[in-house]
Amino acid sequence: MDAHAHTAHHAEFEIPYTVHPRPDTGLYNGKLGIWLFLASEVMLFGALFSSLILIRSSAPSWPRGWEELNVPLATVNTFVLIASSVTVVLAWANLRLGNFNLGRLFIALTLLCGLIFMVIKAFEYGHKFELHHYPSTSNFFATYFVMTGLHGLHVVGGMIVFAYFLTFGAKMWKTERERFTNRIEIVGLYWHFVDLVWIFLFPTLYLL
Amino acid sequence: MTEQIAADPIVPERHEHAGVQDPGTHHSPEHIKKEIRVYLIVFGALTVLTAATVFACFGLKLPVHYAIMVALTIATMKGFLVAGFFMHLLTEKRLIYGVLILTVVFFAALLWLPVHDVIDKF
Repeated sequence: MDAHAHTAHHAEFEIPYTVHPRPDTGLYNGKLGIWLFLASEVMLFGALFSSLILIRSSAPSWPRGWEELNVPLATVNTFVLIASSVTVVLAWANLRLGNFNLGRLFIALTLLCGLIFMVIKAFEYGHKFELHHYPSTSNFFATYFVMTGLHGLHVVGGMIVFAYFLTFGAKMWKTERERFTNRIEIVGLYWHFVDLVWIFLFPTLYLL
Repeated sequence: MTEQIAADPIVPERHEHAGVQDPGTHHSPEHIKKEIRVYLIVFGALTVLTAATVFACFGLKLPVHYAIMVALTIATMKGFLVAGFFMHLLTEKRLIYGVLILTVVFFAALLWLPVHDVIDKF
């Protein structure tokens, strides 16, 4: 295979529509992909919320969230997660403006917010374990640990992706700026969804 | 990465690919700066709403039925702000609306099953 044929072969297998929108969908493929994924995530968390309604309404007694859980810590965590949603859109906006260093700073701040959230969550879990409150203790703690645990795993997943884009993944900016910017938009959509789930988890578990 | 990379907006002009415009990445710098101001206003609103829900449910210790109404109403408002502005659903493509409408239908069915069961008990 000569050099020209090799180039043609390579171009033939290039993944299309990673930057520009497809004519039929009006979206670049990654964006449609993340929305389909988020739709499946709605059903995953929806099943847990549905179970919570069923379990709680069937229980002879159910504690108010604030009787068992630490509301001030969870309130701080809510602010931290909301702040991280802002930093990720600011990262995306700055990359669109061509401000790579500022965009990168906001990605780092988002990662830091994720870390703070998980540290507070670990502190909260640790305190529960000290009091011998485990998922097997009661239906209340079973739903609390399952729902916040699954949500925490999503936060960790997002942090791994942000850490990648902050380090090795950042190289793409030099060669494919728009594609890199789109990647931040996609991980941002995922991160906002994680924030959205917490917006409903927080009152449901801690305040009701 | 230590080198300074010069600020240079990605695409000041609008890109069109096969007649399709991508509203996400191809706005003017002025438009993007306007968006940033909106993001900060939404951040302020989310902060106030979070404080309001904690004050109503935890501070005032509302009875559970009122607390459910207040907390879920405020959570829905916050959800709208995040989905509408941060996830830019207010200006998204029709295909995504289609995917989400389908999701909402199934999600509503999922929630309706236990709620229906609860109502039957009373």
